[in-house]
Amino acid sequence: MNVLKAGARAFLHLFGLPAALLALWWFFAARSDSFYYPTLNEILSAFGETWFSSRIVDDVLPSLWRLAVGYLGAVVLGVTLGVLLGSHRQLRALLEPVLEFFRAIPPPVLIPVLMLFSGIGDSMKITVIIVGSVWPVMLNTVEGVRAIDDVLADTARCYGITGAARLRRLVLPAASPQIVAGMRQALSISIILMVISEMFASSSGLGFAIVQFQRSFAIPEMWSGILLLGLLGFALSLLFGLLESRVLHWHRGLRQSQKGEK
Amino acid sequence: MTSTDVKSAVRADSGLLDVRGVQKTYYGSGRTVEAVRDLTFSVGTGELACIVGPSGAGKTTLLKCIAGLLPPTGGEVRLGGARVQGPPPGMAVVFQEYGRSLFPWMTVADNIALPLKQKRTPKPRRAALVAEALESVGLRDVPHAYPWQLSGGMQQRVAIARAIAYEPDVLLMDEPFAAVDAQTRAELEDLTRSLWRNLGMTVLFVTHDIDEAVYLGQRVLVLSGSPTVVMEDVAVDLPAEREQLSTRALPRFAELRAHVYEQVQRAKTFHTAPAAGASA
Repeated sequence: MNVLKAGARAFLHLFGLPAALLALWWFFAARSDSFYYPTLNEILSAFGETWFSSRIVDDVLPSLWRLAVGYLGAVVLGVTLGVLLGSHRQLRALLEPVLEFFRAIPPPVLIPVLMLFSGIGDSMKITVIIVGSVWPVMLNTVEGVRAIDDVLADTARCYGITGAARLRRLVLPAASPQIVAGMRQALSISIILMVISEMFASSSGLGFAIVQFQRSFAIPEMWSGILLLGLLGFALSLLFGLLESRVLHWHRGLRQSQKGEK
Repeated sequence: MTSTDVKSAVRADSGLLDVRGVQKTYYGSGRTVEAVRDLTFSVGTGELACIVGPSGAGKTTLLKCIAGLLPPTGGEVRLGGARVQGPPPGMAVVFQEYGRSLFPWMTVADNIALPLKQKRTPKPRRAALVAEALESVGLRDVPHAYPWQLSGGMQQRVAIARAIAYEPDVLLMDEPFAAVDAQTRAELEDLTRSLWRNLGMTVLFVTHDIDEAVYLGQRVLVLSGSPTVVMEDVAVDLPAEREQLSTRALPRFAELRAHVYEQVQRAKTFHTAPAAGASA
């Protein structure tokens, strides 16, 4: 009984506010006679027609593919560089000013530059996503690696845990709370860059489709694309939350036990 | 000596810890600190020796040099005849900070099994060692718990279990019970002695607690204040069977305790008043 109650409450928490907002949207848009603000009914029917069609294969899947490759590329690259920089003080001192400079460049301005080098295909978009999303992962990883407890590090050394085992058993788990925090930031940056890179110069993708709808005055379809992006972001965030609670359950428990003591 | 005798002699000496003229100076920017001046002592195979000294006597520095975690500036440490140049395979360490020496992302059993995995101990043997070690520290029921779910005393038991499952020749303990309550501390002291007697490894136990040193050790090495030297090597001639109440009530215990206490007091001013110290 209590489980049911708790489940219902969680469901309400998750979907209560979105449902209320949708209801408000529906209510106010229903009386709209503006061409640019179609009613929610129109948008929802356009949603079905637009996205449950060949566009899934033509636009949605290419977008998701670029997002996945770009994001995972950024995570792998960011963690690798972060571990290297975090474990070598001299390397860090050498590279820090350069990295600060690159980090300060807003990634979308790289699109025109990258178009010159890698054209307007998938590789350009994936590169943009990687270049923009790698920073939070890398910088957080550096912090995480630097913050490894020295007693824990000494313990690992005493028991001969060195090299690859050290990386796998000590460095990565110890830095995982920070790595995951960086990955969360990188996820939203990746989605933004996926859309922007597709808006610039493209022949497929969600960003491309939305701009195309807008230019051809297919306004309900344009809105439906924005809705789809929102839903996509929401779904990915939920997925990420699941991953986080699996990977970091020990960290939450540790923090709670420390709070209990103090 | 026949060849088998030589063999057994080598085996018997694998736990021989030899500290020869160890010296450690820290060179900072414009400031050098001489932490350890000259330490020479040895602990025989299967011996339990305690090291006491006033706080700031470089006990932790010494222990890190012995464990191969810190290179000494001068002198050398030998374990079983081989020079220590990094953490040697036959040595396990139990640190004071139990909360920071167990891997919080691993269960108790995984924490104990990890060093064995690293040693490539076969899986069935590993499982047996983990179970045995947990049994011997009285934690049979918690292999699947995480360290942070346990009390401080239990966490330190897990750290001890990990050390003995590793089957070391030498066990180093760096003020292991300084952060647990008095009740737990007495239990852990008795646990340490019984494990040492059952397993026969060499134990070097660093503490600032004089009572603890006398109660646990066969020998107590008293260190001077920094820069550190060995001031005295006290043999503890108490019976091998020790018990918290009766042993501590022995007149000999009180004498030894008083003697070591005086030495530690003297240690604090050992370098400022060496003449008085020498004549005492």
